[in-house]
Amino acid sequence: MQIAELSVLLVWGAATALTIALVAFAIDLGRRTEARAEAHAEARTPVAVGAASASPSTGDAPPSGGDAVTPVRRRAAGIAMSTTWLGTAMLLVAIVLRGLAAGRTPWANMYEFTLVGSFMALAVFLGMNVRKDFKFLGAFVTGLAVLFLVLGLNVFYVAATGVQPALQNYWLVIHVGVAISATGIFTVAFVASVLQLVRDSRDSGSPYLLRPGFRWLDRVPTPTSLEALSFRLNAVGFVLWTFTIIGGAIWAEHAWGRYWGWDPKEVWSFVIWVVYAAYLHARTTRGWDGRRAAWFVIVGYLCVLFNFTGVNLIFNGKHSYSGLNTDTTGGA
Amino acid sequence: MSEKATYRPEGINDAFVEGRAGDAPAAPQGGPGKPAGPNLPTLGWRGMLRWTWRQLTSMRVALMLLMLLAVAAVPGSVLPQRGQDAAAVLEYLGDHPTLGEWLDRFGFFEVYSSVWFSAIYILLFVSLVGCIVPRTIAHARALRNRPPRTPVRFGRFPATARARTSASPDEVVEAVADHLRGPVRRLPTFRVDVGSEEPRLGRPATRTVAAERGYLRETGNLVFHLALLGLLVSVALGQLLHYRGQAIVTEGRGFANAVVDYDTFDKGAWFRPSSLSPFSMTLDSFDSEFASDTVAFAQARDFTAHVTVTEPDGGQHSDQIKVNSPLTVDGAKIYLQGNGFAPEITVKDGAGEMAFSGRVPFLPEDTMYTSRGVVKVPDVSDGQEQIGLVGYFLPTAVVEEDGSARSVFPQPQNPLMVLEVYRGDLGLDDGVPQNVYRLDTASLTPSVDEDGETIKLLVKPGETVELPDGLGTVTLGEEVPRYVALDLRYDPSLGWVLTFSLLALAGLAVSLFTPRRRVWVRSWEATDDDGRSFTHVELAGLARGDDAGLQREVDKALAAVPGVADETDDKTDDDTVAADHQRTATED
Repeated sequence: MQIAELSVLLVWGAATALTIALVAFAIDLGRRTEARAEAHAEARTPVAVGAASASPSTGDAPPSGGDAVTPVRRRAAGIAMSTTWLGTAMLLVAIVLRGLAAGRTPWANMYEFTLVGSFMALAVFLGMNVRKDFKFLGAFVTGLAVLFLVLGLNVFYVAATGVQPALQNYWLVIHVGVAISATGIFTVAFVASVLQLVRDSRDSGSPYLLRPGFRWLDRVPTPTSLEALSFRLNAVGFVLWTFTIIGGAIWAEHAWGRYWGWDPKEVWSFVIWVVYAAYLHARTTRGWDGRRAAWFVIVGYLCVLFNFTGVNLIFNGKHSYSGLNTDTTGGA
Repeated sequence: MSEKATYRPEGINDAFVEGRAGDAPAAPQGGPGKPAGPNLPTLGWRGMLRWTWRQLTSMRVALMLLMLLAVAAVPGSVLPQRGQDAAAVLEYLGDHPTLGEWLDRFGFFEVYSSVWFSAIYILLFVSLVGCIVPRTIAHARALRNRPPRTPVRFGRFPATARARTSASPDEVVEAVADHLRGPVRRLPTFRVDVGSEEPRLGRPATRTVAAERGYLRETGNLVFHLALLGLLVSVALGQLLHYRGQAIVTEGRGFANAVVDYDTFDKGAWFRPSSLSPFSMTLDSFDSEFASDTVAFAQARDFTAHVTVTEPDGGQHSDQIKVNSPLTVDGAKIYLQGNGFAPEITVKDGAGEMAFSGRVPFLPEDTMYTSRGVVKVPDVSDGQEQIGLVGYFLPTAVVEEDGSARSVFPQPQNPLMVLEVYRGDLGLDDGVPQNVYRLDTASLTPSVDEDGETIKLLVKPGETVELPDGLGTVTLGEEVPRYVALDLRYDPSLGWVLTFSLLALAGLAVSLFTPRRRVWVRSWEATDDDGRSFTHVELAGLARGDDAGLQREVDKALAAVPGVADETDDKTDDDTVAADHQRTATED
């Protein structure tokens, strides 16, 4: 059981690294706000931070055209990105060790799903940052990941072991793997849509959001760009989710003798699919794009979360694989 | 960015420049926000119909219906459903008599076949057809369209590039057109028109390229929606044609694929008995494996049913059924859905006559296979009462000091049967169908000891035990056979359901990830201040909706222009602007 214990330690390590990243991202977001004022004075002597380095962990401010902010030193961003990479790498090792300890694909119960889901969200975030600067998402993505990991360790944890016959299938790798990827992408898109709504409210003069504490919102991209970002992520997530449902139906046909049976998990996967489909339609409907479309993303993501937590723990369906309660045999 | 994206070049008036509303061509004119309310009285019934149809097929209504569908699906996961768990519905009705009755009246226990749920998705599909059919026709026409004429001015397009080159305008347009068409002749990336223009706006005669890509985007969109329609139809056909039988088979026994041989049998409205292929099957043996490590003690690891199938033509072959791999015989699939023990029980009545003999399936109730079963013994000799035996089968029994027994492992390592005995009228002579797994003990007399406690008989395999009150004897067979619960399903629509699902997935991916872009190039000869002649190249790009890759597309087209390498600073300026633009697209 030593490998399994090492895996748990690494998850704690990842949560710690991500907490540091969270703080550093928050500081960076705050600094960037102040930096605006000081930028001109400071940047007369250009400090080429990481301009030559390809490493994404080096914080290089985006070069913006014309009169916008000139590059400033962003040490906090550098620390944040390095610790995020470190935490994500630790999480990956933890997941692999977990799989070795259990002797199977490491995503068969809620604890493992939480680990891999957080990993996917972080991986999407880091992947996005390789080519462009999306560090403003960092504080929120790492924050959610830390929350999920700690919840997973404290609430969903079960010892590493094999799985029941119904789960012994290659579809476990495909169906659940794609579902987790979709969840990871939906998570990042959700952050973008929340920022879009908050920024939009600040721009339109919400008295609460106009307070100095929310000045960092000015450093976040415009609602339009955030909307575009959220859409691109959600489009990928939606296609993956469609595949999740189709793959699940094929597997259900093999294992349970029907491709669709309105099991609670199936119902909620369907609800999620319809909500995101509505989102895609809302974007193209006059009067429903922008803010209203963003609310669909929020509702959709809440459904994703409920589908993972509520449906597993509250309803008694065929997908009760949390491993937290010993369910009846029934054979299959 | 958004301003630029909705820029409307002169002379072009189609989906590219209409903003997003172009996605809803069926939306009523005059803005969907004001559905001509005040004019209603003058519409007449035909106008009214037309108005209703327009409303139904509008994107707004489709959106409302989608939201309704999501909300309407939720109760089915909260309340028990007849199709999934009929017993839970009965329990709910018992616990909440008033509320339950009202919920039942409105179909809340059969949400997915209820009138309101069906109404929503049928309306949604009607709306889909109304929207998709005109779009398909329009798209079929648009597929033959040529790219729109090169606009006169490139200045305000969201993506532009300029350069000087030593190549002639003819070479430039040739090279760019080649690049835009892509390497595969038969499947060009862009649809390209090469043309020329007369002198205009102070420009000499020019060569132009007009190119458009992304016709597949709308194709994918239409394929997706049509595939959903196909999916609905094939699922419905499957419902009409399918059949499903469930049978409990014990080791060494078998069943034939005939309606009478199943314990339960569901069929669609168009089912014909002739679609039952006349094969039969015998269960040779059943193996199960359980974890014995402490972490997952007694968790199931493997179930395998070894069977012999007799085909309709008389041929026999051995096969096996596992949880994730059903057995397919003549298009019907046989699933292993459950298993347990079916002990051989023999009861002789007080007169010594054989009253009951047979295998009785005991249904497992927990992970240790503590299984519950019922034996209903008829009165065969005169003067005898009917006997009901209710109790548990424990595969690995541990008897505690207080006499209670429990099972500690699912495999039959130390089998024991614990029975309570009832006598009275079991209703076996009434001819009313009964649940064989239940015994209503309310009107029966239990056998009790001197203290008034219900007597619990403990029977081991091979043992014969006296029933109390002189009711006779009960014998448990030496061997404890296993049983499997088999589920046979035939659904001819499966292939279609899968095909349409995959088509929908493919269409969706194509429609979401295919960029729709237009690129124009204009090239002409000019002389600079020093009197040297050069070729001027201008490019402009326009995309449908937000498109982060538009500038890259234009830059790549520019890179295809020959002879740009020995460039003046004119080009480098442009490049920086272009690169900046690209970043600001996301950074702003």
